[in-house]
Amino acid sequence: MAQPLVKKDDDRDDEAEYSPFMGIEKGAVLQEARVFNDPQLDPRRCSQVITKLLYLLNQGETFTKVEATEVFFAVTKLFQSKDVGLRRMLYLMIKELSPSADEVIIVTSSLMKDMNSKTDMYRANAIRVLCRITDGVLLTQIERYLKQAIVDKNPVVASAALVSGIHLLQTNPEVVKRWSNEVQEAVQSRAALVQFHALALLHQIRQNDRLAVSKLVTSLTRGTVRSPLAQCLLIRYTSQSASNSQGGDRPFYDFLEGCLRHKAEMVIFEAARAITELSGVTSRELTPAITVLQLFLSSSKPVLRFAAVRTLNKVAMTHPMAVTNCNIDMESLISDQNRSIATLAITTLLKTGNESSVDRLMKQITNFMSDIADEFKIVVVEAIRSLCLKFPLKYRSLMNFLSNILREEGGFEYKKAIVDSIVILIRDIPDAKENGLLHLCEFIEDCEFTYLSTQILHFLGIEGPKTSDPSKYIRYIYNRVHLENATVRAAAVSTLAKFGAMVDALKPRIFVLLRRCLFDSDDEVRDRATLYLNTLGGDGEVVETDKGVKEFLFGALDIPLVNLETSLRNYEASEDAFDINSVPKEVKSQPLAEKKAPGKKQPTGLGAPPAAPPTTVDAYERLLSSIPELASLGKPFKSSAPTELTEAETEYAVNVVKHIYDRHVVFQYNCTNTIPEQQLEEVSVVVDSSDAEEFGFVLSKPLRSLPYDSPGQTFVVFEKPEGVPAVGKFSNTLKFIVKEVDPNTGEADEDGVDDEYQLEELEVVSADYMQKVGISNFRNAWESLDADLERVDEYGLGPRESLAEAVNAVISLLGMQPCEGTEAVPSNSRSHTCLLSGVFIGNTRVLARLQFGLTGPKEVAMKLAVRSDDIAVSDAIHEIVASG
Amino acid sequence: MKTNARTEAEITMFDNYIIVYKFIQDLHFFVTGGDDENELILSAVLQGFFDSVALLLRNNVDKREALENLDLIFLCLDEIVERGMILETDANVIAGKVAVNSMDPAAPLSEQTISQALATAREHLTRTLFQ
Repeated sequence: MAQPLVKKDDDRDDEAEYSPFMGIEKGAVLQEARVFNDPQLDPRRCSQVITKLLYLLNQGETFTKVEATEVFFAVTKLFQSKDVGLRRMLYLMIKELSPSADEVIIVTSSLMKDMNSKTDMYRANAIRVLCRITDGVLLTQIERYLKQAIVDKNPVVASAALVSGIHLLQTNPEVVKRWSNEVQEAVQSRAALVQFHALALLHQIRQNDRLAVSKLVTSLTRGTVRSPLAQCLLIRYTSQSASNSQGGDRPFYDFLEGCLRHKAEMVIFEAARAITELSGVTSRELTPAITVLQLFLSSSKPVLRFAAVRTLNKVAMTHPMAVTNCNIDMESLISDQNRSIATLAITTLLKTGNESSVDRLMKQITNFMSDIADEFKIVVVEAIRSLCLKFPLKYRSLMNFLSNILREEGGFEYKKAIVDSIVILIRDIPDAKENGLLHLCEFIEDCEFTYLSTQILHFLGIEGPKTSDPSKYIRYIYNRVHLENATVRAAAVSTLAKFGAMVDALKPRIFVLLRRCLFDSDDEVRDRATLYLNTLGGDGEVVETDKGVKEFLFGALDIPLVNLETSLRNYEASEDAFDINSVPKEVKSQPLAEKKAPGKKQPTGLGAPPAAPPTTVDAYERLLSSIPELASLGKPFKSSAPTELTEAETEYAVNVVKHIYDRHVVFQYNCTNTIPEQQLEEVSVVVDSSDAEEFGFVLSKPLRSLPYDSPGQTFVVFEKPEGVPAVGKFSNTLKFIVKEVDPNTGEADEDGVDDEYQLEELEVVSADYMQKVGISNFRNAWESLDADLERVDEYGLGPRESLAEAVNAVISLLGMQPCEGTEAVPSNSRSHTCLLSGVFIGNTRVLARLQFGLTGPKEVAMKLAVRSDDIAVSDAIHEIVASG
Repeated sequence: MKTNARTEAEITMFDNYIIVYKFIQDLHFFVTGGDDENELILSAVLQGFFDSVALLLRNNVDKREALENLDLIFLCLDEIVERGMILETDANVIAGKVAVNSMDPAAPLSEQTISQALATAREHLTRTLFQ
């Protein structure tokens, strides 16, 4: 939990300050340690030496293994002395040195003697030391004493044993678990801290058994808990138990609420925090906790204010309405001396503010911003951004604010955050565009960061031409050409050209400006100006720029830079002309040798899933369009989630993603080779589609090389009749050439062996053609669809396990999105209505209303009403259900 | 960072740690915990640490005294926290356990009082200094 640190401000160079450790040096102290070997031990001197050794260790000095062993052996001789102080220091030293197993034996007998001594202090500390250095064997020897110690009358001894138990649980759990009975007894102890430690240990022992924990908690909430620390632990365990039980029933809430009235502040706070963190907590349940936290906000102690405001900040993310009562108190915290508190207060207010308070808030924040550090400022900027997106009508004052702080002093990260926020606001709030662009223009007049200037100029080039009066921005951009460094000037030239390309009316003026750039001192600037002047065409008249030219100048470059670089290098050496189309668009996996070089990678087990392939829609699109054969198919309508085709822990792990197009289906197989001694080449999947008559095989794109632990993809394309949601089963076999890899050099053999590996079947189902798209107001959407295009029919679903199971089965069969929470079936209901929505292939909107009813004890009947933009689709949906 | 940590315990966050701290003369006391820890508990530990050091150094809490009695400080830390687990937060108890150093090993804990303990401790320290 807590780690105390005494920070000593000792500058060894500061001669004016006296320190008994001035000029201390490890070697000298180790020499001094020889005094431990004296037959006549001088306790004071030895204590002093030990103190110096501990000081060195605390200042970061390390002992080599040899030195540590030497010191340890010397130190063990000190057991001969009876001096109490020396013995205590000796314990400390042993704990710091952490001797290894073979060295420990020397001190074991002395420590065990101390563990049974009459002096309680010796017993307690000997236990702690022994448990720190023990191993399994020694532990079983001393177990008996430890068990006795746990129930010892002296609380110091009992606590020592219990705390040691907690730490030992990490390394020797089976031993500690045998002490359950003694620990249980200790929980009833009258000594406050013994109860605390015993509770902690007992919980740790039993934490995997939910029922046992629940019983423990129940018995203690009714009994007496003597220490506030123990009460805090109890609160934590209680809320853990509460979150394990299903929602609705809150047996422990009353206990937590009662704790809000405890004497100790730490308990009150712990209870309030626990209540706010309950899963699915309601506003009513939150109210008492928030009231308490509100009181803390006005405390004189910074720790209380901080704790309260931090908790309220978290609550504001999920229940902003609950926190609004505290707004007044929080506004006064904005000027708090402790800057962390002030920042937290501001961000909370920004989350809970409503539209009317925004202006007032902005005024207060302006004064505050100059006081805080950059990283806090970034937090505030991001909060302002979310606030603006929440209240788009207030964009004017918020944008002004952002632009003002942009003008002030600040570091790069901070200004970048502000610029990013303004850009996001411009993109998401169309009204704010002109305003925002002007702010950005004003900023670049005075910007010290080249990176930011170039980014803004680029952004201006994209957004500026789309505005109503692009010529406004030309002046700002052209000024950059005169006044800035070469990088910015080049960016400005590109931006001007973009304006000229996109907005024909401006072309003549742009040409004039570009011609002036021909005389720039920098190569890049002149080159760009020349390029644009020649390609934009029209020679200064108002003429439309050729589309091809626009694409060439301003289109995105889809080719990964790595490949471009390699190709260019090859080109330098060769005689042929350079053809940019020949640059491969896929990134090749690195050669095996390079990957093995950086140290030994631990084999990640045979069950390593092929994690590398991208898993979002955008990423899939990029991947697919980068492969020429697949790019010609167009954009996929839907890509399914990956389905495993192999079991866990097999030699080759393969999963498949199905991409559905209008006329094709593409199976993307993500493969991973988990055998270090093998490298696979020419990997492809042979698909047997005899169970899927409607599909025709088109092509298969093999994966050239699949080394160990580097996932790769291979594709198989099928064509299908357009518009028909064809279904079928496909069996798959992985075919490849396997080459042995020499583990030392990492190189594969020259020849390999053909091999194949059976994979599981995959199915294309009708749900694959449906995209889950939710809508917020089902009724409106239902009314807006033509009633003539509705199809209604009734089906008997046969015997089912339960109504809920039947509902879920139909939802997953159709693959549509349940709306307004209608997928949840209350238990014990005999009927249920479910509302579904989705988008079918061909971009047809589909809405379905299902009414389920229990006709017999287990028999379920369903009435399905479907409305969509196309009657054929409604029919198709019914087909799916009828045949499913 | 300007704070007035001399009168009240102050608190801040750094990386993902909560730090409570207090200053006296030229010494700084810090207690650190994870960011999901109860700040008030950390504050109690800090207070226990701070007060017990004050007791052990007979209210002469500054850097020089601390360095000269470093052994007591080490023992004090040892009595408060064991590898992250809180042992004790009551300053009197902590100081009592540390000062027991010099007592007769056979005498049980409960018979010693703080003042006796501190008196003997003081003797020890003076002797150590002039070694």
